Amino acid sequence: MRGGGDMALLIDFGSTYTKLRAVDLDAGALAAAGQGPSTVTTDVTIGLEAAMADLDRHMGGLPDFQYRLASSSAAGGLRMVTVGLVKELTAEAARRAALGAGARLVGSFSYRLTEGDTVAIVDLAPDVLLLSGGTDGGNSEVILYNAARLAESPLACPVIAAGNRNAADDIHAIFGQAGKPILIAGNVMPAFQELDIDPARAAIRQVFIDRIVHAKGIDRAAEMFDAVLMPTPAAVMAGAKLLSEGTQDRPGLGPLAVVDIGGATTDVHSIAGGDPTGEGVVQYGLPEPYEKRTVEGDLGMRHNARCIVETQGADRIAAAAGVTAGAVEDWLLRIEGDVEILPERPEDVAIDAAMARAAVRIAMRRHAGSVRIAHTAAGPVTVQEGKDLTAVAALVGTGGALVHAAAPAGVLAAALGDRSDRTSLRPMNPALFVDEHYLLYAAGLLAEVAPAAAFALAMNGIRAAGGKDERRGTG
Amino acid sequence: MSAQATGPARGRKLITGVIGADTHIVGSRILSMALEEAGFEIVALGAITPAEDFVKAAIETAADGIMVSSLYGQGELDCRGFRDLFIEAGLEDMLIYVGGNLVVGKQDWTDVERRFLEMGFDRAFPPNTRADQVIEVLNADFAVRSAGRRIAE
Ligand code: B12
Repeated sequence: MRGGGDMALLIDFGSTYTKLRAVDLDAGALAAAGQGPSTVTTDVTIGLEAAMADLDRHMGGLPDFQYRLASSSAAGGLRMVTVGLVKELTAEAARRAALGAGARLVGSFSYRLTEGDTVAIVDLAPDVLLLSGGTDGGNSEVILYNAARLAESPLACPVIAAGNRNAADDIHAIFGQAGKPILIAGNVMPAFQELDIDPARAAIRQVFIDRIVHAKGIDRAAEMFDAVLMPTPAAVMAGAKLLSEGTQDRPGLGPLAVVDIGGATTDVHSIAGGDPTGEGVVQYGLPEPYEKRTVEGDLGMRHNARCIVETQGADRIAAAAGVTAGAVEDWLLRIEGDVEILPERPEDVAIDAAMARAAVRIAMRRHAGSVRIAHTAAGPVTVQEGKDLTAVAALVGTGGALVHAAAPAGVLAAALGDRSDRTSLRPMNPALFVDEHYLLYAAGLLAEVAPAAAFALAMNGIRAAGGKDERRGTG
Repeated sequence: MSAQATGPARGRKLITGVIGADTHIVGSRILSMALEEAGFEIVALGAITPAEDFVKAAIETAADGIMVSSLYGQGELDCRGFRDLFIEAGLEDMLIYVGGNLVVGKQDWTDVERRFLEMGFDRAFPPNTRADQVIEVLNADFAVRSAGRRIAE
């Protein structure tokens, strides 16, 4: 048994691995890491025991952990479907709430659900469905119609209703009579163009803790941890928020963005107001959430490698990697043969890095806002849609493909804005950091019980990534 | 005392906004304030509002009427197809008014009015229309609407 100060154990039940981080709470630093396979689809305890044995070897004996907290993205993550009224309004607000809660969005619907929509939703078999529509006191017809269609369908998952509050009682009754689980949350758009997604996010998290952890079989290992607190992407976001805001005693890094390149998706989080920084710029569209997460389902380094190459252009990837188009195709085929493959030959390392840069560039371009010029009778007006991230203070990279890249700074720099393209509001001159030991999720979980130690952990875990001149990768 | 919403008009939800690339916000704002004081519920979209945004707002908020302003002289272009957007969205019965400075220069009002009514607006208002006059008309229109007719004589 290892002596010393208090320790915390942070567990991530991932889709491929069960990852453990043992954290020294006094030092606010990583003590050791352990890893095992992900065995959620069979018996979660097997993978967790293997990971604990690995941790034990690294630590030379396991301490009595003061906290044992977990997040999960296993068994497909928290699969959600959202339903709203107008696509750009409540349907978009619902999408943002689900993504912000760390969900994996598998479908989004708007207006009245058709029979085909309902069948599609049942086929998608989400873990949770978020139903919105109407401002408070506004349209209630459509949300009630959709509630009735869903209640009479074979859909069995819990439904969270976060729409027009005047319809809430009826929605409750509709699902209640059908004997289906329903939770009422605050409206995602209580007034026109007013976004309020935190109540829906809290409700999603509650359903995740109360039901999904059980439904996915994670609670079979309940004796080995205290609680599964949230989906892993929500833990990463909580870590990002902590890093940005700091604690009562220590200032954070300020507004920041996080890029998380995974095997199946590339996620971007921003903790920033995103208001226009330019003079006289007019904001257009739904207000942006201060904590925003976007998920690019077509930009995964393994499951969607071909998609990255096609989006960027195979020739450009080949040129950026300094290889032939044939070599790119060869590497793609090998990835498709084994999605857990790691590049070894120098040209494969180079292609992987070029793909990672492309994924980061495209993902940040989609996450960040943009400006366009609207020509009016009085001359041009600059209109901004989305968040202005040009002035964020920090950009943090996480995820295996970035952390293990030969030149992580170059990969991360692909997210930066480009002075020749003023229409895209990507970060211009942030400090670059790499979350080397994958600690952001751990810090996010730990923040729930020990914020000061969690902040120290996050700060200790990020490494400044290169000087300014190293930053701009090619391609 | 200034005009008040009466009868079926009381508490009706109206969307106001200035259409197109028009930045003249003052009239729409004054109108919004006066209508709110009179007992209407207002959803103000402000200046530079694309036509589609009136429709989207109307759907989500279940509005009862739309008050389109246009001042800068391009009203005729901006307002073309406005009613059609509502028909598309299943809101064909929406009460829609337009006002401000609808056309370029001084033109014969009856002719201007006819053109906007042909575009599908229920009513068009000439420059310098006072909010009190608008409230009276709203009262009359909502009264006949609850009796199943479209607008008052
Ligand atoms: C102030 C002003 C500006 C300001 C606007 C500031 C702002 N952000 O609001 C500035 C300087 C920016 C400006 C710019 C321009 N302006 Co200007 N402006 C005016 C001015 C002097 C006053 C407008 C005003 O605020 N009136 C006060 C409010 C209370 O009155 P109102 O808007 O008419 O609204 C009342 C009623 O009409 C009614 N109402 C309004 N909307 C509706 C809707 C409904 C449904 C109903 C029932 C009633 C209703 O209720 C209100 C309350 O009584 C007018 C001239 C005038 N005296 O009207 C020109 C005027 C509107 N402007 C004009 C022009 C041409 C322009 C520019 C194109 C000039 C240019 N070339 O740069 C630009 C256009 C900018 C743009 N993209 O929109 C012309 C329009 C000509 C036309 N329609 O044929 C006008 C008429 C001047 C003129 N005689 O030439 N302008």
